[in-house]
Amino acid sequence: MAKKTLVETNINGEAVEFLCEPRQSLLECLRDVLELTGSKEGCLTGDCGACSVLLDGRAVCSCLMLGVEARGKNIRTVEGLANGTTLHPLQQKFLEHASLQCGICTPGFLMSATALLERNPNPTEAEVRYALAGNLCRCTGYDKIVRAVLDAAKSMKSGVSTSRAA
Amino acid sequence: MEGTTSNGKFKVIGTRPIRHDGVDKVIGRAKYGADYAFPGMLHGKVLRSPHAHAKIKSINTAKALKLPGVKAVVTAADLPEAANRLEQAGEMAINPHHLSLNILARDKVLYDGHAIAAVAATSPHIAEEALKLIEVEYEVLPPVMTVDAAMKPGAPILLPDLRNREEGDKPTNVAQHYQFKRGDLEAGFKAADFVIEREFNTAMVHQGYIEPHNAVGIYNADGQATIYCSTQGAFEVRSLSAQVLGVAVGKIKVVPAEIGGGFGGKTTIYLEPLSVLLSKKTGHPVKLVMTRSEVLRASGPTSGSQIKVKMGATHDGKIVAAEVWMAYEAGAFPGSPVGAGAMCILAPYTIENLQIDAYDVVVNRPKTAAYRAPGASNAAMASETVIDEIAEKCGMDPLELRIKNGVHEGSPQVVGPPFKRIGFIETCEAIRHSDHYNSKLTGAHRGRGVASGFWFNAGMQSSATVNIHTDGTASVVTGSPDIGGSRASMAMITAEVLGLPVTDVRPVVADTDSIGHTDVTGGSRVTFATGMAVYEAAQDAARQLRERAAKVWEVKPEDVQLGDGAVSVKDTASFEKGEGKPPMTIKELATKLARTGGPISGRASVNARGVGPAFATTLIDVEVDPDTGKVQVLRCTVAQDVGKAIHPSYVEGQMQGGTAQGIGWGLNEEYFYDDKGVLRNTGLLDYRMPTCLDLPLIETAIVEVPNPGHPLGVRGVGEVSIVPPPAALANAIYRATGVRMTETPMSPPRLLKEMLKKRPGEESQSAAAD
Repeated sequence: MAKKTLVETNINGEAVEFLCEPRQSLLECLRDVLELTGSKEGCLTGDCGACSVLLDGRAVCSCLMLGVEARGKNIRTVEGLANGTTLHPLQQKFLEHASLQCGICTPGFLMSATALLERNPNPTEAEVRYALAGNLCRCTGYDKIVRAVLDAAKSMKSGVSTSRAA
Repeated sequence: MEGTTSNGKFKVIGTRPIRHDGVDKVIGRAKYGADYAFPGMLHGKVLRSPHAHAKIKSINTAKALKLPGVKAVVTAADLPEAANRLEQAGEMAINPHHLSLNILARDKVLYDGHAIAAVAATSPHIAEEALKLIEVEYEVLPPVMTVDAAMKPGAPILLPDLRNREEGDKPTNVAQHYQFKRGDLEAGFKAADFVIEREFNTAMVHQGYIEPHNAVGIYNADGQATIYCSTQGAFEVRSLSAQVLGVAVGKIKVVPAEIGGGFGGKTTIYLEPLSVLLSKKTGHPVKLVMTRSEVLRASGPTSGSQIKVKMGATHDGKIVAAEVWMAYEAGAFPGSPVGAGAMCILAPYTIENLQIDAYDVVVNRPKTAAYRAPGASNAAMASETVIDEIAEKCGMDPLELRIKNGVHEGSPQVVGPPFKRIGFIETCEAIRHSDHYNSKLTGAHRGRGVASGFWFNAGMQSSATVNIHTDGTASVVTGSPDIGGSRASMAMITAEVLGLPVTDVRPVVADTDSIGHTDVTGGSRVTFATGMAVYEAAQDAARQLRERAAKVWEVKPEDVQLGDGAVSVKDTASFEKGEGKPPMTIKELATKLARTGGPISGRASVNARGVGPAFATTLIDVEVDPDTGKVQVLRCTVAQDVGKAIHPSYVEGQMQGGTAQGIGWGLNEEYFYDDKGVLRNTGLLDYRMPTCLDLPLIETAIVEVPNPGHPLGVRGVGEVSIVPPPAALANAIYRATGVRMTETPMSPPRLLKEMLKKRPGEESQSAAAD
């Protein structure tokens, strides 16, 4: 008897089919089956947020979801955030504000912040902090992350996507 | 973006360019250790002890090996006995014998989570199932969990062969006793108008990096091995793994992956030799990745401690004598940072009469590893709260007291020659001039506290290569894993020396075969020591560029100068006629390298001297919930002497990050062991690190007192900001509540208990709340 299940889903706008064991988490499927290693494993218990992805527009911990549960859903990962070689304003602002040090938590923060700005394009600092409270960063003290998200919101509102060359 | 700190002296240094490895990290392409995969790769898992202290009577792996998909099981029997002596490894000394016993326990397990065996299988799930089939027979022994219990006469002994100089041939749990003395303690206390004596307890805490430890080992039929892993020191992984495996250093190559945080915790090894051992047994690449529970149970942490501080002072605020007794939990093997803690605890102050006694004590907890200014934060929790009390007794502003007693150039250190140029007083002044200090804090249950901290910083060995490409751009290659943006700093130093735009310099972190030996990314040393090597390598490349231009122009090399990305002929007496020699850009010159002697590669290796010590002073406002004891940080400003900020954004980042860790240490983080010595908070829900909601924006004041021992004045910036926060919080909490806390973390239940003691009639409720 086959141990694996076929899952039909949509990842970053592409129809995707993959095989997985029922016990494999969505995070494991993304990383080990689909080679989308941008989503990171920090705890496997939903406490650190490094594996955050968007599930039908909502930020979720992909480590708390089974791969088979992705069936029929729209999944977005950090790999799908940029438009080709044009960075998403959040990505650009994270670079400009030096919001990452080691960078392991960055994909999760970017996805949680994306979910926030899509639902609330004009958040206050308190709203940003609340939306990101499920993502742990041990390097930055969050200061530069919060500033980047507020600045990204501002630039997205004004429609000016500053792309300062590195 | 905020401004630069270049002061017009530099073109690149002090500006805030986007880091070169940034794009890869925001699009998810950067490869961290756990992201590596190879054809035929197997997955490994580690069996860990459920007991804090036990003899291993037998290990039977037969059933595990029969599980389909399992390819190999290794135990300590597969490892050679390693040398039993102390060796320096980064900021911590390591004994290879103990290191080997920590990688795989031999006849005893010494903490909950101690590794016993490792399995390689075709999937991580099968490997995990196999762990359950390994049969281990234990004889459980009584656990020794605190320094008190470990130092008691008749305490159960963890390591039967451990001895210290004072106790002769008597088995002991005390690995070391350090003593530092100056002046006449008795006379000092006699001269004091008052004496304050306090006892402190600080809980064991973890570095808390978000990325768990990982390693992929590939052993080849020719006896050569490669390890891919996230580490702060590829060369340390190589030498330590070689010792544990009993192979020559040259047989191992270590490729440092991107690293997801370390803070000192990734300066040693756990999984690396196991990955090679399992690969050797199976002929396949083998990947091991820790779970979070394994990270907390078996890696890191830093010492819990017991510290007694007695200080005598005069009414006018002069500290005249200090006596310190401190004992740190080393974990299962010797090597806590108590020696460093002892040299830090009184370092910011000139105290004529002092004695410090420090004890390194083994307990049934994981072997401690370096953690950002190892040993200094808990030490400062003790000394800096007593300093605050002295200021209060003298009716002085605590900053004023610090400035009055503070060390400056020429002040004696606890050990070694007097301080060279340092910036302690300047950090106090920076806080005094900050907007935060000059704003009034109002409202009930609120308080403001200040504290300072010291850290040595480190030098050690670094290598660098600067290559000039055929189009006149450059690469700078180092062996320092980039943990917080250091690649940008290395590129900036290179760009500054060569006069190139920073975007024309590509920084590279190389593997152990591709660059000269380089010690760990630790001790705040990368921008200082590797930066020094980079500066010299870039100077070497610049010298060669001038020589080539001289060849092209047929002039003397000393008559050629380099600036603004171009070479030109100096206007000197020896070349007065020099008409018709327009400046030549490096780009143009690069096309002529083949004809003038071949490619240009600047090189430098340093064992950096001239280390510049670091000081920080931190101001914190808190509000304490009178009903729950929960502390909310309202405002926080940190001033730190960095010598010279190369990339101010990443300098601020280090200051903010260290401060956040110090706040977590002070308020919430702690290891909870039950009476059997089993860790009860093995996840990040219960090991409570600060979230976004727990912190305010963290204001920074970069103080630049140049380090005379570095060509650019750099001191290093990575560590000292973690030192003041626990004490600054305690001092703020005192002003908010009237309670002087003497333990960390100052978590709601602990603080509430003390607050209720101050309110008559409510104590019984406190007992109920426990």
